[in-house]
This record gives sequence, C-alpha cells and structure tokens, in this order.
Amino acid sequence: MEPLVIAGRSFRSRLMLGTGKYDSLEVMRDALDASGAEIVTVAVRRVNLESREPSILSYIDLQRYTLLPNTAGCHTVEEAVRTARLARAAGLSNWIKLEVIPDDGTLLPDPIATVQAAEILVKDGFVVLPYTTDDHVVARRLLEVGCAAVMPYGSAIGTGRGLEAVERIARIVDEVRGRVPVVVDAGIGAPSDAALAMETGADAVLVNTAIARAGDPVAMARAMRLAVEAGYLARRAGRIPKSSVPSPSSPEAGVVGRS
Amino acid sequence: MRIRLNGKEVVLPDGATVDDLVRHYGLDGEPVAIERNGQIVDREAFAGEVLAEGDVIEMARFVGGG
Repeated sequence: MEPLVIAGRSFRSRLMLGTGKYDSLEVMRDALDASGAEIVTVAVRRVNLESREPSILSYIDLQRYTLLPNTAGCHTVEEAVRTARLARAAGLSNWIKLEVIPDDGTLLPDPIATVQAAEILVKDGFVVLPYTTDDHVVARRLLEVGCAAVMPYGSAIGTGRGLEAVERIARIVDEVRGRVPVVVDAGIGAPSDAALAMETGADAVLVNTAIARAGDPVAMARAMRLAVEAGYLARRAGRIPKSSVPSPSSPEAGVVGRS
Repeated sequence: MRIRLNGKEVVLPDGATVDDLVRHYGLDGEPVAIERNGQIVDREAFAGEVLAEGDVIEMARFVGGG
C-alpha cells in the first residue's frame, strides 16, 4: 500500500483504531498490535478523584502509535474547543478528532457546529480531523476551513450497521478529490464493511466497537487489517461494473456432446 | 483553602501548587491537562502555579475512546 499522508505525516496503515469499550487494557494493547494501526484515538475525561485508575498510556507505545485525542461527548462548539485545548495541553499532540454531537441520543454529528469548531481550532493551530455526516457539502465546508481529513460516518457510532449509504460516501470521495484523506469513521461492523469503504474510495477506516466488542478482539483486529488492505488493493485494481445482463465465464462453444 | 476540583469541593494546604495537586493524585509523569478558572495552565507552569481559595480546577487525562 502507498502511505497514507495526513497533514504531511506518512503512515503505512490505513486502519485507525479507537481504544474504548475493551474488556481490559491488555486486550486493547494486543488488538492494537494485531491491527497494525498507527493512529489510535483516545478520549479526554476528568480524572476520577475517588479511585486511582491505571493510565491507558501505559498500554500505548507512543514511539509506535500516534495519539489522536477526540472531543467525544461534546455537545456544543464551546465544549469541543475547550476539550481540544485540554487535550493539546496534555502535551502529546496538536491533532484532534473533532466531534460535536447534540445531546439527542442519535450520536450523529451537528454539521454546522462541527464546521464552526473546526474553523476555530484550525486557526488555533490544531490539525483537525472532523467526524462528520455523509453530506458532501459539509465535507466541502470542512475542507474550506482547513481540516486535515474528512471523516464521514458509515452509520451511527456503535451500531455496526456498516455503510448505510455507499453512494453518499462515494460522492464525498468525488468532492474531496484526494486533497485530504477521507476516513470512514463510525458504523463499521465487520471486515466486509471496512473493505467496502476502501473499495468505495475511502483512504482509511476508523474502527472501535466492531473490534473491541467482537468475540475475539485480537483476531477481529487482524481481520480488519486484512480487509482494509484488500479493499485498498481492489480499489486500485478497478472492480468490474455491475450489470443486469449475465455473462458466462466459460466458453459457450465446444460443450461436449452438443451437435 | 477550598477549591472546586472536577466539580467537587477539595481542601488543600495553603500555598499548594498545581504540581502538588497532580502529585497528590499520583499523576506526576502522566500527561494530564489542567484548567484553572477557565484558563489552560501549561505543564511547564505547574510547579509555579500557586492555587487560591475558590479556584475552579478541571484536571483531565486520556482514557479509552473512539
């Protein structure tokens, strides 16, 4: 695979992993390893004052992985910008996976607030990777304000429903025209979904729940890795067009015994 | 002195710094982020940042998430 380039940095892997919902940090560590991912997302939360909890960073080798903090849980522009600044203040990265999601239970992004927050954060020196809808005009706006990637959902976070509107992802790929990576984020349920995203022209895929909650997360991480690679290769190979007319794969002439 | 830390009232010795606070919770050496009265405190400034009565502090760290 050719390297994935985001904001001038090159990555060999086109699979990004989230670090939530694992049964243990040991399983998470092993799944990250099996996935081959180089970019991993984390959330920013208040320190629990009541009990000392192990640091997730003890299980993420920062020589190997690029940390991508998110603004998950933020409902407004103000909350997202504040959380992004806290994430940067921790001193590891000025990259931010921007999420602005209204408190309406859908886990679908507020595209207008996302564009507004992205503009503020880009001007403040962040490398912004926004979680967005599958709307190509929103993708255009995010590009215009200087985002380093566009990350449309396949379906809602945690649903595992895959790409509910493949043609809308394709339209975003057409809109972006390679200027920044398109990363399908959210909704991937199985390796076939990840492969389809890549076949559709996505540059990368971000997976969390489908690996973390799989029966065997480490095995699923490896399956996702292979699926992303297969989808990438298939996209470059050029799939055949779909046809309503069947056509035999074997010669029609010379069937034995036919006069 | 009393401060509000992550939404809860906490009593600290007078003269305590942000660095003391981070150490008290065993977080020295871990990338934590501090907001004091709505303003980010740079990590380099933790040791010199003396807390005051009534301060509102947010202390955040990285956790698992997508």
